[in-house]
Amino acid sequence: MSDNKQDASGGESCCSCSLDPSRRVLLAATAGVGAVIGAGVAVPFVTSFIEPSERAKAAGAPVEADLSKIKPGEMITVEWQGKPVWILRRTPEMIAALQKNETALADPASERAEQPEYVKGAGRAIKDEFFVCLGVCTHLGCTPNSKFVLGAESGMGQDWAGGFLCPCHGSQFDLAGRVFKSMPAPTNLKIPKHTYLSDTRLLIGKDSGEA
Amino acid sequence: MSYCKIVTDKLQQVLGWVDERFPLTANYKSHLSEYYAPKNFNFWYFFGSLALLVLVIQIVTGIFLVMHYKPDASLNAAGVPVAFASVEYIMRDVMGGKFIRYMHSTGASMFFIVVYLHMFRGIIYGSYRKPRELIWLFGMGIFLCLMAEAFFGYLLPWGQMSFWGAQVIVNLFEAIPVIGPDLSIFIRGDYVVSDATLNRFFAFHVIAIPLVLIGLVAAHLIALHEVGSNNPDGVEIKKHKDANGIPLDGIPFHPYYTVKDIFGVSIFLIVFAIIIFFAPEGGGYFLEFNNFFPADSLKTPAHIAPVWYFTPFYSMLRATTSDFLPVLWAFITLVAGLTFRATSCVWVKRACVLAVVGVYWGFFGLTVFGFTPPPIDPVILGVHLGRGFDAKFWGVAMMGGSVMLFGLLPWLDQSPVKSIRYKGGLYKTALALFVLSFVLLGFLGTKAPGYAFFGLIPGGPVAAVSTILYLAFFGLMPWYSRMDKTKPEPERVTSK
Repeated sequence: MSDNKQDASGGESCCSCSLDPSRRVLLAATAGVGAVIGAGVAVPFVTSFIEPSERAKAAGAPVEADLSKIKPGEMITVEWQGKPVWILRRTPEMIAALQKNETALADPASERAEQPEYVKGAGRAIKDEFFVCLGVCTHLGCTPNSKFVLGAESGMGQDWAGGFLCPCHGSQFDLAGRVFKSMPAPTNLKIPKHTYLSDTRLLIGKDSGEA
Repeated sequence: MSYCKIVTDKLQQVLGWVDERFPLTANYKSHLSEYYAPKNFNFWYFFGSLALLVLVIQIVTGIFLVMHYKPDASLNAAGVPVAFASVEYIMRDVMGGKFIRYMHSTGASMFFIVVYLHMFRGIIYGSYRKPRELIWLFGMGIFLCLMAEAFFGYLLPWGQMSFWGAQVIVNLFEAIPVIGPDLSIFIRGDYVVSDATLNRFFAFHVIAIPLVLIGLVAAHLIALHEVGSNNPDGVEIKKHKDANGIPLDGIPFHPYYTVKDIFGVSIFLIVFAIIIFFAPEGGGYFLEFNNFFPADSLKTPAHIAPVWYFTPFYSMLRATTSDFLPVLWAFITLVAGLTFRATSCVWVKRACVLAVVGVYWGFFGLTVFGFTPPPIDPVILGVHLGRGFDAKFWGVAMMGGSVMLFGLLPWLDQSPVKSIRYKGGLYKTALALFVLSFVLLGFLGTKAPGYAFFGLIPGGPVAAVSTILYLAFFGLMPWYSRMDKTKPEPERVTSK
């Protein structure tokens, strides 16, 4: 009777009942194996959730666009990797207007922009006439609307020289996809890899080196 | 008569059998018939039980919608996305489907109306104050789950607003330095919002979040019934008990408040029915018109805005531009400076200095308020140390942070009294400005970026001022709540 009481009081702070180390080893081993199996079982769940599927990864094939049907001052949209790619055929006036706003732009030389090395200068294009860019606002991914009408009629103010306006948060871009200062969008519109297969055929998603 | 007695005896026996195996009577007593709530509950106390009702409506209508809905972004033979077509099918061909769908979609807006009023009640009567901090925090968890439910659910009809709303919100996460781009791919399950995104949002919307939500609602109620309800006077009814340990100002929840809540439920259901029958889209506020066009990944609608319940926070995101950051920094410096003066703890003082300097660097890098080019600009892991983080990242932080601020209320409020009834003019002014700024932000969030009031007052500066007022309600609360001239609290609840 008295022994039992002692056991009970002693058991509160630390187990005073006789230890069986062999069971401990067994318990630790099963717990360890259980943890390893648990981690193993988690792998397919985690990877299925974190990694895009193989099908999604594969869907990035380059697309071809026909430039012959675009009239000067017109723009077409091509789907590439599920995103819109714009091809704008700029008129000489449009190209000239690019110089006008340089001081109002956040990054006129496109130093921070994501673009291939071969699109340099104010026009950001291989050929200044055809401006190719990803129609995805660098702020939150909406597709900006084209605002090619000039001046007050555009609803963009007196000095508007043509460009793009994002409907979501009001970011404004010029006709080379360069963002104006103090806009929600941090950088100029991205330009995907592209190359000319001929004068009227453009391949989007590949460099000339790879083609 | 004797027959009646036999039946009651039998029922008692059955109940006894159950009670020996499951604490049915004990639970009934502790949560309903012997849960003593203050006797002076008023109009504002309808919204807790209404929130529970709307949760049940959403779950029941949701179950029936899932029987017909298909989360599939591929195009059907008619060239329409299957998910969009299945919602149209529910609306047109499923018997009663139109009402089930509208109950669910309008129910979402009702949920937020009821929850915002429920939160407002908590704010004006100090229901978040000690000892109810955890009730308030569980409530915050519920609020976040609701926002997640609303966001995930809005993608499912696969309309234009579904698609572009998800596009914008998922891209928000891209603004987080270093991990952002991978994080947004992880959320979408793809490089663009696609079928993979639709399917995982469906999984979150119908099973993952609801499970968490129900758990949090249980925790919210268990915590409430542990400490007891607050009341419009903000005084503890448990301080004065009768000989049986029952609060003198308490009345049993059942039948008193069950009857009161059933009255509230009836009125609510009348209003709900009127909306569902006559204005289920709420004039474009409950269901946006652009969402009746199938998703088109190549064309953003001319005007996109979130549903009304997200717009106050969305407005703050929009207001946080690089021009606004100096103002925001000045405000943070003010709060940190006040804290610095008020505290005697040297670690808190150091934290204040660190916050001011750290936030300056985060906002402007090494430049002078962002107006000069940085002297040096080392880049580590894609972060321009000389330029600080993009305003875009701070917009996202602002949107998330402004929601989270509610969670700090129990510790920000230093007033000696809980209820607005005994608070002074200073607090009432602050609250009025807060409500005004919240409504203005909410209104502006539904409008295009260039919106001007009456075509005269530009919305941008109004949103900026409102954002500061919103932040000031929380940030300056420790000071104005202490300076406020309060009236003495009564010893017992007052009721007429």
